[in-house]
Amino acid sequence: MEWETVIGLEVHAQLKTKSKIFSGAATQFGADPNTQACAIDLGFPGVLPVLNSEVVHMAIKFGLGIHAEIAEKSVFARKNYFYPDLPKGYQISQYELPVVGKGHLDMQLEDGSTKRIRITRAHLEEDAGKSLHEDFQGLSGIDLNRAGTPLLEIVSEPDMRSAKEAVAYLKALHTLVRYLDICDGNMQEGSFRCDANVSVRQKGQEKYGTRTELKNINSFRFVERAINYEIERQIALLESGGAITQETRLYDSAKNETRAMRSKEEANDYRYFPDPDLLPLVITADMVNAVRQHLPELPQQKRDRFVQEYGLSIYDATILVSDSTMAHYYETTTKTADGHAKLAANWIISELLGALNKANLDIETSPISATQLGTLVKRIADNTISGKIAKTVFEALWKQEGEVDHIIERHGLKQVTDNSAIEKLVDEIIAAHPQHVADYRTGKEKLFGFFVGQVMKASGGKLNPQQLNEVLKKKLS
Amino acid sequence: MSLTLDDVKKIAYLARLNLSTEESTAYATQLSNILEFAAQMDKVDTATVEPLAHPLDLSQRLRPDQVTETNQREKFQAIAPKVKAGLYLVPKVIEDA
Amino acid sequence: MHYKSLTEWSRELNNHAISSAELTQLFLKRIQQFDKTLNSFVTVTTEQALVAAKAADQQRALGKAGPLTGIPIAQKDIFCTDGVKTSCGSKMLDNFIAPYNATVVQRLQAAGTVLLGKTNMDEFAMGSSNENSFYGPVHNPWQHDYVPGGSSGGSAAAVAACLTPAATGTDTGGSIRQPAALCGITGLKPTYGRVSRYGMVAFASSLDQGGPMAKSAEDVALLLNAMAGFDPCDSTSVDQPVPDYTATLNHPLRGMRIGLPKEYFSDGLDARIATAIELAIQEYKKQGATLQEISLPHTTLSIPAYYVIAPAECSSNLARYDGVRYGYRCEHPQDLADLYKRSRSESFGNEVKRRIMIGTYALSAGYYDAYYLKAQKIRRLICNDFARAFAQVDMILCPTTPSPAFKLGEKTSDPVSMYLSDIYTIAVNLAGLPGISLPVGFVDSLPIGMQLIGNYFDEARLLNAAHSYQKVTDWHTRIPEGY
Repeated sequence: MEWETVIGLEVHAQLKTKSKIFSGAATQFGADPNTQACAIDLGFPGVLPVLNSEVVHMAIKFGLGIHAEIAEKSVFARKNYFYPDLPKGYQISQYELPVVGKGHLDMQLEDGSTKRIRITRAHLEEDAGKSLHEDFQGLSGIDLNRAGTPLLEIVSEPDMRSAKEAVAYLKALHTLVRYLDICDGNMQEGSFRCDANVSVRQKGQEKYGTRTELKNINSFRFVERAINYEIERQIALLESGGAITQETRLYDSAKNETRAMRSKEEANDYRYFPDPDLLPLVITADMVNAVRQHLPELPQQKRDRFVQEYGLSIYDATILVSDSTMAHYYETTTKTADGHAKLAANWIISELLGALNKANLDIETSPISATQLGTLVKRIADNTISGKIAKTVFEALWKQEGEVDHIIERHGLKQVTDNSAIEKLVDEIIAAHPQHVADYRTGKEKLFGFFVGQVMKASGGKLNPQQLNEVLKKKLS
Repeated sequence: MSLTLDDVKKIAYLARLNLSTEESTAYATQLSNILEFAAQMDKVDTATVEPLAHPLDLSQRLRPDQVTETNQREKFQAIAPKVKAGLYLVPKVIEDA
Repeated sequence: MHYKSLTEWSRELNNHAISSAELTQLFLKRIQQFDKTLNSFVTVTTEQALVAAKAADQQRALGKAGPLTGIPIAQKDIFCTDGVKTSCGSKMLDNFIAPYNATVVQRLQAAGTVLLGKTNMDEFAMGSSNENSFYGPVHNPWQHDYVPGGSSGGSAAAVAACLTPAATGTDTGGSIRQPAALCGITGLKPTYGRVSRYGMVAFASSLDQGGPMAKSAEDVALLLNAMAGFDPCDSTSVDQPVPDYTATLNHPLRGMRIGLPKEYFSDGLDARIATAIELAIQEYKKQGATLQEISLPHTTLSIPAYYVIAPAECSSNLARYDGVRYGYRCEHPQDLADLYKRSRSESFGNEVKRRIMIGTYALSAGYYDAYYLKAQKIRRLICNDFARAFAQVDMILCPTTPSPAFKLGEKTSDPVSMYLSDIYTIAVNLAGLPGISLPVGFVDSLPIGMQLIGNYFDEARLLNAAHSYQKVTDWHTRIPEGY
């Protein structure tokens, strides 16, 4: 039997505001417990919410980023349920009228093709606090610092057909929110969280299968693994004659498995109704236009521009625009390198990203600055150093040994371009290997490489390969 | 509209209230009376009427994104029933399976 | 001398005939003397009051006194007062020392008033008789075995008995106007959004509105001057300038068009109240107002709509009382569910539980449309009724209640009959309009009230009309015997 997977994602992106969505408390991560929870966040009797303007601007930005309708009028509603990390006994969210309506996001698949994922809606809501379970003799500790942090919940249509597609969509979304500068995207700290609705159906069947909701998947890798585990579980269950229960399942990354949640299975009835403490949010065309005017270049636009302006392949351009900091790094590198765009791209993609990955760093914490790498590329392009020597300089830069030209100078890495100096070295090698010279001259042309190697070695790799070839050919003939 | 004991129990669960059987029985009657009273509204056809959530036809005001609150944990937790190390303590939260 | 009105006290303070310290002591003494019987206060803030009075006297000595500087007042125990217990009449908040001031408290403090204490009330403002308080019922000073009305019954009784010159109240379905009527004082529910709700413990957020309660319209105007105004902390507060409500009190009423809603003068109305209102109507005619009958056809539906909307909002507003961050927490909870259920059940009273249950039901899946949404639609129809009326008239006049105060315990077993006593006050809350109740006579030695309803933000006109009536009558100056 052939099965088809159907996946939709619900992403919670924490908005990068200074203060909370409905209060003036700070939103910084990692503060001492309950030191950033004010009377409003704690739900004291009598307190009232007032909406943060920046949250609205960010929602509009996102709406424009996914080409969505932005609601002229949206309404905040209360979602009622009891939980210790939910101080008021309800979460302020949006229900019937969300701020962002239908939109879409295009994503790049591994085979280079593009797939469009439809986005159902995005709405504003407040985050809950955290329960901590350690060290309290059977009790849980509640930290409400996170309560009231603004969230944008982004709900996709069930348009993805594999775990890989889900990850590609999630990455495209992650790139977008970081470009828009509305979310820091930090998955470890929980500022970009994902729940996945997963179901399977027989190929060709129109109706969706019963879905399960996977929670607690806080890295791209886990998203893929959790979904794949769940797909296999569902198929195995169906093939053995079982049925899928619609339920919420928690992903356990240590065991790589999903388990049904007990606590949330009790019959919940959220009793949504319009929050009487808040009035309808009205967004005028002027407000949208004001945001549109300051909208940054979006990933896809930037990718197309890189292809056109710098002559990059779509593949390379996609890698470079996947992160706005990286795209900026690339453009600075290219500019410093006097426009040697392709060489700059190669050095970033094959050398820098590899090194960063190995050292568990990212572009923002790169020990080599864009101007340093740009200078390096420039010195390759103007023949000051060879590509091979450049790797030595790269390593020195990585170790923070100073600026490019300084390193080249100090280690004497400058390429030798003086013909007489090259001739001198060639003469020495020819004199040292009379037998090889004789063999070469009788037709063993393969030995040419031997001579190149020997001379290069003697020079410490500093010769211009082109020049060396010419001199050698002349001397050996 | 008449509420059964089961209805009352379900509502009490959602509202997190403990009711004795006597209370539940009394509530079943009282709530049924109130709902019957509320059913008077059905006499009016409201098919074309827009619901009104707020007496004033105004839109939400926005506040600037500024941190205006300082840490008042000590004052807030002075009136808390049970705290430790700055955390509010509750019986263990069973989060997952 | 204690029977003077707030306005008169203000004048005496200004003339240095008395100091705020002396005035404060006078009222603290009266509270001590009479409140064992009345039970109108939950907390008396003696020490703070004396400190504040001294400070007010110093302000006055520096020439920095306003009309309310040094005037003692009481706050309904629903307004958060920093460092002072704010119980809301509930066991749930019996141990709750508010960590901040409500905007109303802060404004009245800034105006120089002296807080005498916090007044008793129906638990979480749910009730029309003040019998639903954890601290026991308040007694009507006119006849002790009668209710003072509710939910601001403590404030009304305390003002009526001259234990304070003025008090604050809150009005969700009549909770300022009804007790004002039943205790023979003047109480104003402002337009929704006129007075900040920040720091006022919420019952039904789209209906709640705080307002002043005092002897006369003139007193009420002075207090409203200080209480009203835009508050950035309340999203439903309206940013509109506050007029000086005392400036227009004496405007002539000539040409004012007053509407008499026929639905408010029908079967259920006590004939003796109808007669008293008729006399008041004659007085307004004498002053040059024109009177005409109007219709508010959806009046009877206001109670069912209200008893869906208010409980729905309350069921959600009261979900925060869970025994985790403040308030009552049950002993030795077995688990989380037990903590929630017992903390709430052991500390909420019957009426509060009943309303939480109704509201929870009205919002639950499958019933939302039939109850909550339906009630919101009825609410629109009620608003439209008033809009049509105010196209024809400037003000609406009617009784505040269909009957005078009832006996303690008389209606406690029948919630629906209790709800019906709010028939004349509830529609005003649903529409968000301002309404004032002022004394208009006595029935069986119990005071009765007349209600004036205005268009949005037309409080000045209501106060003008009420004051014009009070200039030629003395109902509002009467003091219950023994006080």
